[in-house]
Amino acid sequence: MKQLRRKVNGLRRSPRALGIVMIAALLAVGTGYSTVSAAVAPNREVVRTQEQIDLGKKIFLANCASCHGKNAEGTQNGPSLIGVGEASVDFQVSTGRMPGAASGPQLEVKPVQFTEEDIAAMAAFIGSLGTGPSIPDEAYLQANGDPSAGGELFRINCAMCHNAAGAGGALTQGKYAPGLMDSSAKTIYEAMVTGPQNMPVFSDANITPEQKNDIITYLTFVQENASVGGEELGSLGPVSEGLVAWFGLLGLLIIIAVWLAAKSN
Amino acid sequence: MSDNSNEVEVKKDLEKASGSYSEHEYELGLRGVVNEDAVADPGLEPHRVRMTDKSEKHEKAAVRQVALLFTLSMLGSAFALWAYFNFPLSEDLSSVRLNTLYLGVGMTLGLMGIGIGAVHWAKTLMPDNEVSEERHLVRGSDEKRAAAIEILAAANQESGFTRRKLIRRTLYGSLALFPFPGIILLADLGPNPGDSLRHTYWKKGTRLAKDPTGIEIKASDVTLGSVFQVIPAGLNPSQHDYLEEKAKAAVLLVRVDPSELNEAEDRKSWSYQGIVAYSKICTHVGCPVALYEQQTHHLLCPCHQSTFDLVNGCKVIFGPAARPLPQLPITVDSEGYLVAQSDFLEPVGPSFWDRSVK
Repeated sequence: MKQLRRKVNGLRRSPRALGIVMIAALLAVGTGYSTVSAAVAPNREVVRTQEQIDLGKKIFLANCASCHGKNAEGTQNGPSLIGVGEASVDFQVSTGRMPGAASGPQLEVKPVQFTEEDIAAMAAFIGSLGTGPSIPDEAYLQANGDPSAGGELFRINCAMCHNAAGAGGALTQGKYAPGLMDSSAKTIYEAMVTGPQNMPVFSDANITPEQKNDIITYLTFVQENASVGGEELGSLGPVSEGLVAWFGLLGLLIIIAVWLAAKSN
Repeated sequence: MSDNSNEVEVKKDLEKASGSYSEHEYELGLRGVVNEDAVADPGLEPHRVRMTDKSEKHEKAAVRQVALLFTLSMLGSAFALWAYFNFPLSEDLSSVRLNTLYLGVGMTLGLMGIGIGAVHWAKTLMPDNEVSEERHLVRGSDEKRAAAIEILAAANQESGFTRRKLIRRTLYGSLALFPFPGIILLADLGPNPGDSLRHTYWKKGTRLAKDPTGIEIKASDVTLGSVFQVIPAGLNPSQHDYLEEKAKAAVLLVRVDPSELNEAEDRKSWSYQGIVAYSKICTHVGCPVALYEQQTHHLLCPCHQSTFDLVNGCKVIFGPAARPLPQLPITVDSEGYLVAQSDFLEPVGPSFWDRSVK
């Protein structure tokens, strides 16, 4: 299975790929974007038609080219997008980070600006420019892996920035690792393979797709299950817990002490 | 002598300038601390009669309040009992949350209701007499002091403490020796770590492996912008000093564009095509430094915000760390796996008192 996938990938990346892809894609057109997710699609990334690429290029020229350059070669205001892959486009645009509203330490999550179709078209266009991480296979987004193994991988590779409970955390000079409690499985996977903004890349050689599924399983578990230990207080650990203990509980004790010693009116 | 008179002159001049003291006052020694208290002793506050003593309406209200608090306590305890049976602990972990919460709320109400009710009762309804007690002298009366001395003398007489020199001296001896076994136990704080702080599990040819799986890493696996959390290959979780060795040997592996890498002359051979390996143990107090920013190449320590510049030999650019993170010299072996060229060339982690002594 793995070998087959690799072969298909290799084929796709060859210069002749476009023609083959077009024929294959013509067959796949009409199944549509959303229906693919219903069943496991082994070669989902092959869904890239010339039509899509043309539409994607139009959208790109109208919305992205001012910063990323007419040929996505990058300008002073934005990096080159050649070879960043479909996954990168899908991550940045479907979380609303792109198009960026203003320059700052970090691009923020905003309301999504494009329809799923448009995003897929843009991804197809950027994907056609150079090889990069493709849209993840649905098979690895099912959150049906081993949450315990995923938790260990998460603590070793991710928790230093994203917090052991996925609550996010601060980085240097105004940058931060966002919380993961609202992130979808696809977003999490795409972030790992593309390394958006200041996040490093966790390629398949480092964390295999199965292990990525384990991590997604762990995060889904944390998202769906309330903390056993009671109120999470933002899962920020000693900071918020200490704040409540020192100011809330200690304040209450002081109030009780004052009341005990006060004379009745 | 002349110095002294000079000083007096200066002081007088100063006082003349400020105009607060006359020369006369100064000579009479009238300057200094004023002995009277600035604030007069206000005496006891006048007794204020409580509303519950003045009006029957308020008294009845207070009675009701106390009874209400005790009732609240009963309700709380009953609620805790009800919650115990209605929110049982089950296989579902989240049941712990509700069980603990409701039991806790009920029991808190149960106890707090009694406590607050009792205090409120005492403060509002029990007698409101104010009593002041004078402090008694600390010194005992002469008779008591004489009696105490008599007791000591009698004890000395009866025990023969002064008379029986042999017993007294052996007692002194035993008391003098008694602390030593306790002191010798402090030797168990050692032995000194020897050179264990200077060496890690890494040695020439040790392959770099992924934490926690121990899968060895090929140079080709490390794509641009990748970060690997690394342990030495062969470090076995079943060996008794696994955690100690892992704690010293933990390494962060990053690949950056070689053109961005600004390496010292003598370290040019320590990296492999932009792949660099640094100790993950902060040189400040030893937290794991693993917050790597891909674009700025900053490595941030989460404990005290020490920031290291990965492309400039991990030098400290912010925070309390005193030294750059130690670099692990790496290369590839014939099979393409990343290997260490040697151990770290300096001790990893925080400073220790004889760190610079070889």
